Amino acid sequence: MEKTTKRATVTLPGDTEILITRHFDAPPALVYRAYTTPELVSRWWPGQRGSMKSCEIDLRVGGTWRYVMEASGGFEVAFHGTYEEISPNARLVTSEVFEGMPGAEGASTTTFEGKDGGTLLSILVTHPTKEMRDAHIDSGMEGGMQEGMDILETLVGEPDV
Amino acid sequence: MARAATTTDAFNAVAEPRRRQILELLAGGERSVTEIADVVRLDQPSTSKHLRVLREVGAVHVRGQGRLRVYRLDPVALQPMAEWLATLERLWTERFESLDDVLAQLKEEGRHGEDDEARHGDPAR
Repeated sequence: MEKTTKRATVTLPGDTEILITRHFDAPPALVYRAYTTPELVSRWWPGQRGSMKSCEIDLRVGGTWRYVMEASGGFEVAFHGTYEEISPNARLVTSEVFEGMPGAEGASTTTFEGKDGGTLLSILVTHPTKEMRDAHIDSGMEGGMQEGMDILETLVGEPDV
Repeated sequence: MARAATTTDAFNAVAEPRRRQILELLAGGERSVTEIADVVRLDQPSTSKHLRVLREVGAVHVRGQGRLRVYRLDPVALQPMAEWLATLERLWTERFESLDDVLAQLKEEGRHGEDDEARHGDPAR
């Protein structure tokens, strides 16, 4: 079967926010399950960039999660957080700390919305201050790959319709 | 002393939906303030305000043409920001492709008579 590539859409709705969205051809309950089951998260979260070294999920309000990926270069990247709100198959709110930058605790709200026979997944990452979001951006820059890239493709390729 | 525009300044400049719209418009060529105001449906003072923010981070340049002031896009100023956004977009695109595979397999398992409902909210391996 022909596989079409669907791009994730990344936008900056406000000074302290980063929003990532994508539609999936599966019902919200299934996407939620893939999102909250350690064995399943381990299969997608590293993408093509490495492998999951550890994935702990204590799915209850006040429970913690911790993801550790071993990147292809051998170094480890770890994130952890605490669940603040859990609405099964619909919404997860959690704090989020990149362990390489422990001072900058963010929050993320993930929503699983039934749409067009599938699921619209939205991840809204909020930092307490603009400075912290900018730190996130700067860290992304340092880790960023220098690939030839067309500015217009980014600006015009994903217009907000 | 004038401060050089940083990447994050550019981020904030572009984060605003109207300014994104202006950049998209200018990607198609030079435009006067009046033309820009028409397309984004703002009055001229508001449009000028957005243009000033974009000018401060070097995203657009202006030149006088008679009474008209004509704006054009400077893609180079936005390159670092575009690269960062593209990097993040690639990371999540990759992740989500892997997630598609996981979901396809879960759907396949569901078709073989597994009781999906019984598992919800239970992250047991």
